[in-house]
Amino acid sequence: MPEGDGYDYKIEAKAYTASSSGASVSPAESPDQELYHSKSWWTTYVFSQDAKYIGIQYFCAATAIAVLGLVLSVLMRVQLAYPGLNVLDPSTYYQAITMHGMIMVIFFLTALFLGGFGNFLIPLMCGARDMVFPYVNMMSFWIFLLSLLVLVASYLVPGGPTGAGWTLYPPQVITAGTPGNLWGLVLMLVSIVLFVVGFTMGGLNYVITVLQARTRGMTLMRMPLSVWGIFVATIIALLAFPALLVGGLMLLLDTVLGTSFYMPAIIATSNFGNEVSTEGGSPLLFQHLFWFFGHPEVYIVALPAFGIVSDLISVHARRNIFGYRMMVWAIIAIAALSFIVWAHHMYIAGFTPWFGFFFASTTLMIAIPTGIKMYNWLLTLWRGNIRFTVPMLFALAFFITFLNGGLTGMFMGNVGTDIALSDTYFVVAHFHFTIGIAPVLVVFGAVYHWFPLATGRMLDEGLGKIHFWITFVGAYMIYFPMHYQGLQGVPRRYFEMYNSSQASSSGLNEFITIVTIVVALSQLIFFYNIINSARAGKKAKKNPWDANSLEWQTPEMPPKHGNWGRTLPVVYRWPYDFNVPGASKDYIPQNVSPSQVRGAKAERT
Amino acid sequence: MNIFVVILFLAVVVGTVLFHILSPWWFTPLASNWSSIDNAILITFWVTGFVFVALGLFLVYCLWKYQYKKNRKVEYKPENKSLEAILVVVSAIGVIALLAPGLSVWNDYIKVPKGAAKVEVLSYQWGWNFRLPGEDGALGKTSIHNITDDNPYGLDLNDPNGKDDLLVQDADLHLQVGVDVEFLLRSIDVLHNFYVPEFRAKMDMVPGMITFYWFTPTKTGEYEILCAELCGTGHYAMLGTVVVEEESDYSNWLAQQTSFEQILAQNKIKNKTIQLAEK
Ligand code: HEM
Ligand SMILES: [Cu+2]
Ligand SMILES: [Cu+2]
Repeated sequence: MPEGDGYDYKIEAKAYTASSSGASVSPAESPDQELYHSKSWWTTYVFSQDAKYIGIQYFCAATAIAVLGLVLSVLMRVQLAYPGLNVLDPSTYYQAITMHGMIMVIFFLTALFLGGFGNFLIPLMCGARDMVFPYVNMMSFWIFLLSLLVLVASYLVPGGPTGAGWTLYPPQVITAGTPGNLWGLVLMLVSIVLFVVGFTMGGLNYVITVLQARTRGMTLMRMPLSVWGIFVATIIALLAFPALLVGGLMLLLDTVLGTSFYMPAIIATSNFGNEVSTEGGSPLLFQHLFWFFGHPEVYIVALPAFGIVSDLISVHARRNIFGYRMMVWAIIAIAALSFIVWAHHMYIAGFTPWFGFFFASTTLMIAIPTGIKMYNWLLTLWRGNIRFTVPMLFALAFFITFLNGGLTGMFMGNVGTDIALSDTYFVVAHFHFTIGIAPVLVVFGAVYHWFPLATGRMLDEGLGKIHFWITFVGAYMIYFPMHYQGLQGVPRRYFEMYNSSQASSSGLNEFITIVTIVVALSQLIFFYNIINSARAGKKAKKNPWDANSLEWQTPEMPPKHGNWGRTLPVVYRWPYDFNVPGASKDYIPQNVSPSQVRGAKAERT
Repeated sequence: MNIFVVILFLAVVVGTVLFHILSPWWFTPLASNWSSIDNAILITFWVTGFVFVALGLFLVYCLWKYQYKKNRKVEYKPENKSLEAILVVVSAIGVIALLAPGLSVWNDYIKVPKGAAKVEVLSYQWGWNFRLPGEDGALGKTSIHNITDDNPYGLDLNDPNGKDDLLVQDADLHLQVGVDVEFLLRSIDVLHNFYVPEFRAKMDMVPGMITFYWFTPTKTGEYEILCAELCGTGHYAMLGTVVVEEESDYSNWLAQQTSFEQILAQNKIKNKTIQLAEK
């Protein structure tokens, strides 16, 4: 920065002390630093080191792969409802569920929330100029893109992608009765390894930026919940992905070198009845490693969604988030608990029966901090002043969807009830509600909310509402009835939907598939809206939603490289000062000092 | 226009409950002793249903009552410690109320009653075989390394307990109504899961391990066996039947089954014939 900078903040700090009314802002401990500025078209638009731009790159790549995931799900649904059309055969069906599951959970939602929203929001919301390691941050995206290419390439190798389900359970994943048991599996594992490497580069950035690069006055307890959610989710991911990494590497050795980490002595009928020359490995070991990653993974997706939705609800209901500190502690408690519940995915996997008691108890305990979040969102709406904007609509849809999905978690998480429901369509319904639909609804809400910041233009509200109605109502109708198929005992991962003699569900299957097609097509409205509005949408005014958080306070919109122009903002309050008694407007941004709003009786934060 | 949104959310809450009540899709009629599983599920439906309706309707109320008005007085109250404490305690009570029936079911599920009849279920890609103890009431030892065409279960030839074991090389198992059964679950290749919806119970079968569960069939009839753990391209077709019948029918069926000894003898004759034919 120019030399004048040191002078600027001294003035601000002084101006502040003069009017001190409780809140404190310590002086800067280290001077502002000069950023690397790109010098060519390539380094500006392709190999960009600007976190905002990298965030958008992540967003686009993750969305592109999600389209593949969505197309696969439509094909699967068509197969299930109209088997006569033969759009898939058993091999391609199982390859489709595997690719769909992997893509949606890891390559779409994890990449989108952490890589996409993390990069876009963390520096802006914390008042930083960029991530702390911009070059590593850029590498993170390109390695992620490479992992996507490797993943998609598995459709081109002999045997096609692996069809073992997204859980990749051995021995099945390696034996010949499963499609893609050699090349497809190798590419899947390589792709996962690349993803973890790329993510770790980005993840270190997000954590360190939050810890080190917040602007003056931005204490941890003044950070928007979006940042809290992404921050804690990144920490979980940094701790959980290594389990997947080692689990995957040992699987790779079992596949390629014929080692026996997971392979006991078996006689695979599909290997023409020959004994496979492995001995002594444990299939359960893989399951433990997989779920030690896999359960935290659902919170890697859920916590950023929780955080973002908290901000959407507060801003659009014009009311402070209720119980902010409890919300932060709930996020931390959920994150901690998420590491001691993994084996609830294995109640009927054949482990020591005594584990059941422990894991059921820890699992149901998570309901308490999660419940707190649900109550606090409602109590934020209560006595608020609710604007039914498109982001708010999606936030409300998230609430009801996650409420439903969280409650069916009480069936799955409890060992005694899970016996009957495990591996049925009840599970498919439950996890699509919680980690499929609910987070995606938040993504939509977030896009409508922050699109003006990214492009300077508003998304079309009418199209947004149409998109909302079809997506929310449709998704609910797709998944809610599946619980009851599960109750009936219809198993998941069946190429031909099992039809119980008790009450046929063939009509229901067709209904679900038709709604799926409608919902999938309605996403075109969303894409059209994005492309069209980015070019010709209504120009956004500054801070269009009257929000308090810092990202809307940049001198230009969309913000330039470096975000803050000459001087970094100084933060005096939390981001939820809405409708403060005595204030002239219904919101007070974080960088407004108490002296600028003398009458306002804001609580000390 | 906002009113449509309020109606939408009301419709979702009410529709969810109505669907639940009117759904023709529901538990298959129970045919085992595990009514406690059904009851635990029903308790969970009541508790979670109550929470869903309560929070859902409160949401609808808020949406209707607090729609945007220019000069509405909005409450500014960052925290309410006592309310938050009450909500934590209430949630904790709810969790305990759900956990108790669930854990008690599990406690019964893992304790096999003494004297339960033993049935080995042997799974492979893609089908089911069974083995019942003979007169001696004991199953012979097995090992995956003993498996040959002549000895498909890999029985230990030196174990006298195995000689009279009845081998049911067909996905068709018969059980006697009212008699406790312990399933010993084996797989020779990949994971499978022995599941009969009417019995509610299930457990994965893991190569290299013997897993188990027990139950009592309580209703005669024919039930379908489904594989409930993805096991390759034939997974969806890995079906079979269990017939639960009265004692007399069951004894008839049992009498028709062949023992390991008989099979060995038959094989000897067959192999001789093949040898002769080859000469
Ligand atoms: C409208 C959108 C979607 C539709 C129609 C859909 C449909 C399906 C279908 C038909 C299956 C296979 C069920 C089976 O045979 O057992 C499936 C599995 C799965 N889906 Fe989705 N899905 C959608 C969105 C999502 C999203 C957003 C996620 C994100 C987490 C997701 C995650 C999964 C996972 C993890 C599996 C399990 C794969 C496996 O069994 O290995 N889905 N989905
Ligand atoms: Cu889990
Ligand atoms: Cu199977």
